[in-house]
Amino acid sequence: MWVYVGRRLLLAIPTLLGASVIVFAMVHLAPGDPIAAVMPAEASKAEIEATKRAYGFDKPLPVQYLVWLGRVAQGDLGKSLATRRPVILDVRDALANSLVLALASSLVAFGLGVALGLVAAFRQGRVLDKLASGIAVVGVSVPHYWAGIILIIVFSVQLNWLPAMGAANDPGVWEYLRHMILPTVALSLIPLGVITRVVRSAALDILNQEFVLALRAKGLVSRRVFTHVVKNSLPQILTVLGLQFGFQLGGSVLVEAVFSWPGTGYLLNLAIFQRDIPVLQGVILVLATFFVLLNLAVDLLQTVIDPRIARH
Amino acid sequence: MALATALIEAPALATAPMSYWRTVGWRLARDRATLIAGGVLAVIVLSAVLAPWLAPYDPAAGSIRLRLAPVGAPGHVLGTDEQGRDMLSRLLWGGRMTLVAGLTPVLVAFVLGTALGVMAGYVGGLTNMLIMRTMDIFYAFPAVLLAIAISGALGPGLPNTLISLSIVFVPRVVRVAESATVQVKGLEYIAAARASGAGVRAIVRHHLLANVLGPILVSSSTQFSLAIILAAGLSFLGLGVTPPAAEWGLMLNTLRQSIYVNALVPALPGLAIFVTSMAFNLLSDGLRDAMEIRG
Repeated sequence: MWVYVGRRLLLAIPTLLGASVIVFAMVHLAPGDPIAAVMPAEASKAEIEATKRAYGFDKPLPVQYLVWLGRVAQGDLGKSLATRRPVILDVRDALANSLVLALASSLVAFGLGVALGLVAAFRQGRVLDKLASGIAVVGVSVPHYWAGIILIIVFSVQLNWLPAMGAANDPGVWEYLRHMILPTVALSLIPLGVITRVVRSAALDILNQEFVLALRAKGLVSRRVFTHVVKNSLPQILTVLGLQFGFQLGGSVLVEAVFSWPGTGYLLNLAIFQRDIPVLQGVILVLATFFVLLNLAVDLLQTVIDPRIARH
Repeated sequence: MALATALIEAPALATAPMSYWRTVGWRLARDRATLIAGGVLAVIVLSAVLAPWLAPYDPAAGSIRLRLAPVGAPGHVLGTDEQGRDMLSRLLWGGRMTLVAGLTPVLVAFVLGTALGVMAGYVGGLTNMLIMRTMDIFYAFPAVLLAIAISGALGPGLPNTLISLSIVFVPRVVRVAESATVQVKGLEYIAAARASGAGVRAIVRHHLLANVLGPILVSSSTQFSLAIILAAGLSFLGLGVTPPAAEWGLMLNTLRQSIYVNALVPALPGLAIFVTSMAFNLLSDGLRDAMEIRG
């Protein structure tokens, strides 16, 4: 098993390096000069050249990449072109806000999704199954940014119960929570759908195996059969939970844009429109790293639960 | 259990064994949800194709005096937008744009991904490692983030949307194609074909592709709904199709400010995205069940 863990850890390194190449290349694919976007129109050629040198944009690309990677490895993501603040600080604040939202929506989606999926599997073909499966299809089909707007229309504009956007200015816990409710609901729809579907099919797979029949034949009460089924479908359930949590963090850009929630997605959106390249790179890189590590953790956790995976 | 199933199916077998595709067709014909989804989708696609003839007004022509007319206003069945342009006409034209922006990347990914995946799976060794490890790197990003990041870097516009979404979907197809190819390659009839002197081209064309295309097609079809949501999402952020063109995501974005004036009209473009994406999901679910493909 330790061999497997070691190999899995080693495999994550080229993936991370590859991701860093993509993040770096992405920005240099872009048309237009990043410096031109931030310099005033009346800046002289010499001033532009000086700024380029200051940011290291004058060197060949491979050199720029290595220099950038070296600094990134030390936790230095550079300075924002727009605010001159260190990128790492901006990303850290935004990440905290995004994490709160991702955790809350994941919790909602996990709880409801696992419950709905299990109910659907154990009542296969009945009304409850059809209902749960229907909710799941709606969940995976609904454009969550539109769902966010609908929530604003209903709960902010019509009913005037909840704030439409932003995070609370005054740091009261209740105000913060009130601002969180609508984005959390909007963000939990997709994972709710995905988790319900995966849990349903995983539980059905186990339910159709012969050992379940044997358990029932020997007279085990259905509650105990249920425990067996849940235990055996756990690895699959865990995988989808881990993946969905990662998607929540990286996929919240659209919902954060709708609600002006000051998270990583909002920051990314801002950076794109200000052509603030260090921030753009920083956000994507941090999110990708988080995502890769999360996948790694899920894989390792799986081998702990089911040692057969490590043995292949 | 096996005997019981055999006995039940026996009469059918005795009269005329159904071919695989006839069985699939028979199952689809009995699946009401899939049929309805297919019908809805046909209407959406047709109305998008026929938009120039169906649309009652020019989608770009507005009138300041008629801004944000409610649904059911005289002359404008679905109301007008914030510039007084007819919503029905814009929804019809917008569907064209959204469908093109969403469906093209999946088709591109299907062709490119199948080619790369079959190559990786059939050749194996170093080729496999190079292709599959490269695809793994793209899996380091959540799909939404990757699409937005690439579009953000390339800038707005339909061509860039198509590029960024293709990059999102190619690795997904490659993974399915590779694992299907590896599975089929190990089967005995491939070895038999090779033993009887068939060349690589013949084996891939006649024996391999015929058996891997089904699963790849079905798994690609499950991507359509996400592709539609992402394509409209990019335009919603201002990274996709640019104004004044009509596109569902873009319309949703420009109408967002008007929800305080008129709540129903701004919800329409999103409803169109939702219905389309749901129809695609139901259709690909039905197809997968009918073809008995797992995953």
